[in-house]
Amino acid sequence: MSEIEIESKDLNLWYGTAQALKEITMAVPTKKVTAIIGPSGCGKSTFIRCINRMNDLIKDCRVTGELLFEGMNIYDRDVDVVTLRKKIGMVFQKPNPFPMSIYDNVAYGPRLHGVKEREELDRIVEVSLKAAALWDEVSEIPDRSALGLSGGQQQRLCIARTLAVEPNVVLFDEPCSALDPISTAKIEDLINNLKRDYTIVIVTHNMQQAARVSDYTAFFLLGEIIEFGKTKQIFEMPDKKSTEDYITGRFG
Amino acid sequence: MNRKISEKLIEMLLFASAATAIIIVALILIFLVKEGLPIITKVGIIDFCLGMRWNPIAMVGDPTYGIFPMIVGSFYVAIGSLVLAVPFGIACAVFLAEIAPSWARSLLKHSIELLVGIPSVILGFVGLVLLVPFIKDHLGGWGFSILASSIILAIMALPRIISISDDAIRAVPMDYRDASLALGATHWYTIRKVILPSARSGIVAAVILAMATSIGETMAVLMVAGNVSMLPSPIYDILDPVRPMTSNIALEMSYATGDHACALFATGIVLFIVVAVLNAISHRALKSRMGVER
Repeated sequence: MSEIEIESKDLNLWYGTAQALKEITMAVPTKKVTAIIGPSGCGKSTFIRCINRMNDLIKDCRVTGELLFEGMNIYDRDVDVVTLRKKIGMVFQKPNPFPMSIYDNVAYGPRLHGVKEREELDRIVEVSLKAAALWDEVSEIPDRSALGLSGGQQQRLCIARTLAVEPNVVLFDEPCSALDPISTAKIEDLINNLKRDYTIVIVTHNMQQAARVSDYTAFFLLGEIIEFGKTKQIFEMPDKKSTEDYITGRFG
Repeated sequence: MNRKISEKLIEMLLFASAATAIIIVALILIFLVKEGLPIITKVGIIDFCLGMRWNPIAMVGDPTYGIFPMIVGSFYVAIGSLVLAVPFGIACAVFLAEIAPSWARSLLKHSIELLVGIPSVILGFVGLVLLVPFIKDHLGGWGFSILASSIILAIMALPRIISISDDAIRAVPMDYRDASLALGATHWYTIRKVILPSARSGIVAAVILAMATSIGETMAVLMVAGNVSMLPSPIYDILDPVRPMTSNIALEMSYATGDHACALFATGIVLFIVVAVLNAISHRALKSRMGVER
């Protein structure tokens, strides 16, 4: 396996008294796409929301174990969540552009992190929109409201917004579940291109999607990691019976 | 067959109830206009609305019916109340919607509901025995003043501003918060840059609605405003007394006759128009929010 970006060691998570993640141990390789698959409620979204500490927002959420990023435990007391989230961006299930112009959406992150010069912002916005394959569609209309875009365009805008803060890692939480097949194909192409520059973790319900876009796949079931390995191997010769059952559609 | 008839009957009853409500409003309006309009046409709308002197029972010479100082007075106390209540109210709403733990939230919500329940005459009374002497002793003037009225009205406006703004802030989709936080924004940055702007139209509606109720409020204001029908002098002196339109009607209606009574109804027309326009603006602001989100 190649270089490791994020390493999870015996990670446990409880919501109140309900344990949502059990002893998760896996390594996310650098500049590869890692897919997390599994039936609803298996903890896959919970797991990626750990990586940028979005679970902090949930009351009674408790975490033990280690989640290492750049040699630091993400859950260490002295980790600065703001810096962490700048380095580990996230794209959500439902496209969620802010009710502002397209430009302001992409410029939100850079502005937040202190970029003020118009030229610099212009450059970042252009680069990010190009990286998200949206530039050609919106370069003429940067001042229009982002809410006027189609769902697929909105999701690519959200990707551009995430890229604009220049993260190392981009987490995708079922990014296509609210999109039509054509928009989905565009996002998948995009993810394929993005892995040159970013480490990507994608949670998906869609097995074909995982097979198409990812290099590595983790199969989660009931809060446990059942199997983790190269996507090809997981899909073609899974070690475990339950992985095979899930992939072949026997349950899910 | 029987069922159809009873269904029809119920529909008609419901329609009649709805129609009655509209008819009552319409009748009041017609009455107001019928009583008030003659004096406006007699004095002239400009002289009535912009006239400086209100002297309905002239001992010498003709009576004059100029309500300009009262229109100014109404706006003065209402805007004064907003200046005090809006920053405080929005801050309170942000705390309620974004920061407060659930026990603090329910405590605050309940106290705000209690605040709504205080009859305006009691607030006026408190103003009269506490606020007016305080202003007189510490700030000067007569005590009965724009300032005193604004403070009392601000207290009355607060719960409305808080609860509508709270609703507006809570209506901002969770997704926006998540997106902003995931980009590394702090909670406060998210509130300022995403949540408040998204809730803006709802908050604007709350403010305008509060202004409309402040302008329409009578009893509490009557007790602390001083009720002198003159412009403050100098015009920015908030320690001067004023007579808002509502007080004018309430003070004089009991003994007014003839043209004088008509002039009070005419004051009511002006008041009604002001409040209706403000309500309409507030309604539009709320609707435009829906427009953005859908």
